[in-house]
Amino acid sequence: MNKKEYQDYVEQVTPKVNGWLSFLKAFVSGGIICVIGQCLYNWFKSQGMMHTLANNYTTLILILISVLLTGFNLVGPITKFAGAGYLVPITGFANSVASCAIEFKREGQVFGIGSQIFNIAGPVILYGIVTSWFFGLIYWILMSIGMV
Amino acid sequence: MGTKRQGRYTVMFEKPPIIRSYAAIVGEKESEGPLGAYFDTVCEDPMMGQDSWEAAEGQLQYTAVLKALDKAFLRPEDIDYLFAGDLLGQTIATSFGVMELQIPHFGLYGACSTMGESLSLASMAIDGGFASRVVAVTSSHFASAEKQFRYPLGYGNQRSLASTWTVTGSGALVLENAEECSEQAAKKCVRVHGITTGKIMDYGIKDSQNMGACMAPAAALVIASHLKDMNRKPEDYDRIITGDLGTVGQKILFELMREEGYDIEGSHMDCGIEIFDHETQDTHAGGSGCGCSAVTLCSYVMHQMEIGEWKRVLFVPTGALLSKISFNEGLSIPGIAHGVVLEKDG
Repeated sequence: MNKKEYQDYVEQVTPKVNGWLSFLKAFVSGGIICVIGQCLYNWFKSQGMMHTLANNYTTLILILISVLLTGFNLVGPITKFAGAGYLVPITGFANSVASCAIEFKREGQVFGIGSQIFNIAGPVILYGIVTSWFFGLIYWILMSIGMV
Repeated sequence: MGTKRQGRYTVMFEKPPIIRSYAAIVGEKESEGPLGAYFDTVCEDPMMGQDSWEAAEGQLQYTAVLKALDKAFLRPEDIDYLFAGDLLGQTIATSFGVMELQIPHFGLYGACSTMGESLSLASMAIDGGFASRVVAVTSSHFASAEKQFRYPLGYGNQRSLASTWTVTGSGALVLENAEECSEQAAKKCVRVHGITTGKIMDYGIKDSQNMGACMAPAAALVIASHLKDMNRKPEDYDRIITGDLGTVGQKILFELMREEGYDIEGSHMDCGIEIFDHETQDTHAGGSGCGCSAVTLCSYVMHQMEIGEWKRVLFVPTGALLSKISFNEGLSIPGIAHGVVLEKDG
């Protein structure tokens, strides 16, 4: 077998996950997290909070729950089923930051936690900002020519 | 060149060193696997009483060496050389783990093939007359390997179906010049008869979650070269034992061997497939890491040889030569394998 044939053969014998099933699981579990968020929001509103404040509290509570789950090492078992359903909402972001902080704590406050805490979340933050800048630019151009 | 060389890759020893003693120490998950009953020590604390994963892995090696020495009633001062390695950057688990033993030291890196590499060099040192008693040891730790090569332990990533689970454990062997012990004792021992040293094989696989595919060509090269060099057939071995190819790598190995004209399906065993029950232990394609082949050799394999169930095996640990840097830079993942022939006399 040459390299190309070998790579094709490997592709053929390597087991693959069922994509549609993963989508379904992620959809359901992501949906459940959103429903929890909505319930929290509604409850905060019912306690007389303004829209923005209720929003912020909802986000904070979801982050807190995810960080606690990370600390108790329970996120792995959840994401085994939920996958992106857990990782895409704010719960995933919180998990990525908390898990890095725990893992690198031993290497010190500066070079451990300090430099490594955004190991996984860092790219999301960077490219999130770049993307929002890019779409802001398009929005500004469309506004300048009076299209929006 | 001396007469010890056989063909391109193989060396057969004039005075095959004996395996005087051995020890395998594992974590809890490994002890719950199918080979659980064969291990010497099970460490229920994954931190091994240390304050970091790296130190815990070092402690595994230290404990394994002491246990092996203990079983042979030896002290560190009785050992001429220590051949040791692990998976971590600059092999820090080894350096910090075995430092206290104060044995003249060769630090090795062969990724997960390190047990084969250390055994090879240890045997050569004895047969060459440079040492009369040496120790070969390697280790891996699930948590230190995850931290270095993948994600933090608490991060909720999904593992691919072809991925393997790094074994927490360490295996150590004491090798001795047969002349050192009585003829009676030597007869009962398992000997290292020869080695077949692999070369780095790269078929351009870049998927670090499919290490079996990265390493299978290296294993196939060593096994096929060994059989050719020795002019033997797979049936001449009771077992041909690879390190951590897993279920995916095993399938590929069979295919590559068939291309070479050998059918090894009847005699093949993979330590990675044996050590965990992937149905109940959620390990996917099998176990991996330096510790995988090391603890399987120092428990089940040696046991089978000592009771005479197996007379001759070819032990071929396999390693995937990647680092986080090479992976991020988009380089492929080459493999290497080291073959060691173990025989029981009589």
